[in-house]
Amino acid sequence: MELNLADTKKWIELFVKKVEANTSELNELDTAIGDGDHGSNMARGMAAVTDALSKKEPADLAELYKTVAFAMIQKVGGASGPLYGTAFLDMSKQAKETTDLAKLVQVGCDGLKRRGQSDVGMKTMIDVWQPVAESLKSDDFSKNVVEDALNATKDMVATKGRASYLEEKSKGHLDPGSQSSAYLFEALLEVLGE
Amino acid sequence: MKYGIVIVSHSFEIAEGVKKLISQAAPDLSITTAGGTDDNEIGSSLEKIQKAVDDNTGDEILAFYDLGSSKMNLEMLMEMTDKKIHKYDVALVEGAYTAATLAEVESPLATIETNLEPLKIK
Repeated sequence: MELNLADTKKWIELFVKKVEANTSELNELDTAIGDGDHGSNMARGMAAVTDALSKKEPADLAELYKTVAFAMIQKVGGASGPLYGTAFLDMSKQAKETTDLAKLVQVGCDGLKRRGQSDVGMKTMIDVWQPVAESLKSDDFSKNVVEDALNATKDMVATKGRASYLEEKSKGHLDPGSQSSAYLFEALLEVLGE
Repeated sequence: MKYGIVIVSHSFEIAEGVKKLISQAAPDLSITTAGGTDDNEIGSSLEKIQKAVDDNTGDEILAFYDLGSSKMNLEMLMEMTDKKIHKYDVALVEGAYTAATLAEVESPLATIETNLEPLKIK
């Protein structure tokens, strides 16, 4: 599956809208098991993305992903800045080689693993990115894949990030980074028309 | 080899405070800081880390950080810069103080690292 420049831009713009509409919800999720600022941090990043995209129309996919990456790296402030930033930056590099969506998302997910020194099952955004990457590869990406992946983080015990200090108490709450990642992939589904 | 020290913290005040503290032990070292976000709120800023590294006059940099995104932003910069940066997963205050004291008297890196080893907490 491929996504052209115009559709990818639409994807990012929808992601921005979703995060902006759900800023307080992300903050609330983060208040339960983190420091309560995931929504505000992401909203700051989204504003920077919108600003950067309005200033300069990206010429190709690589430039688009890079613009998103730099905006988030510079403006988010919390851990999600370098995490999303690395994912999009690695996707930007990969986009010079291929436009295959499954490959791009997998490369982004690998970037998250490297930057966060983490892997699946640690109650992080990787728990959404990895299943999505796999479903894209096998061509069965759907709303259910995103929802199931997100909901699965609820019963996980966090072993990475701020929530890991809570140990068993981190159980029973959705992971905020997984929720914002779910918005990202729900936005993708909308662009794909599913 | 002349070492410089970079302090990366989620808080502007912590970064400045650590600098003030360790400067007493190492008045001749280049010590630069990256504390808080661009508008000095709690968080970390890649741009500030970049500036702290650029402004540092050490030949190589010994870098100390506090929490998650400070570390990730620091690692991100390490992938982007040509400058040699040694990052230590140690207690921020104690680690930076130990390194500053030793770097001030031009101890070799091996000695500095041996002394940092017991301070490793992350």
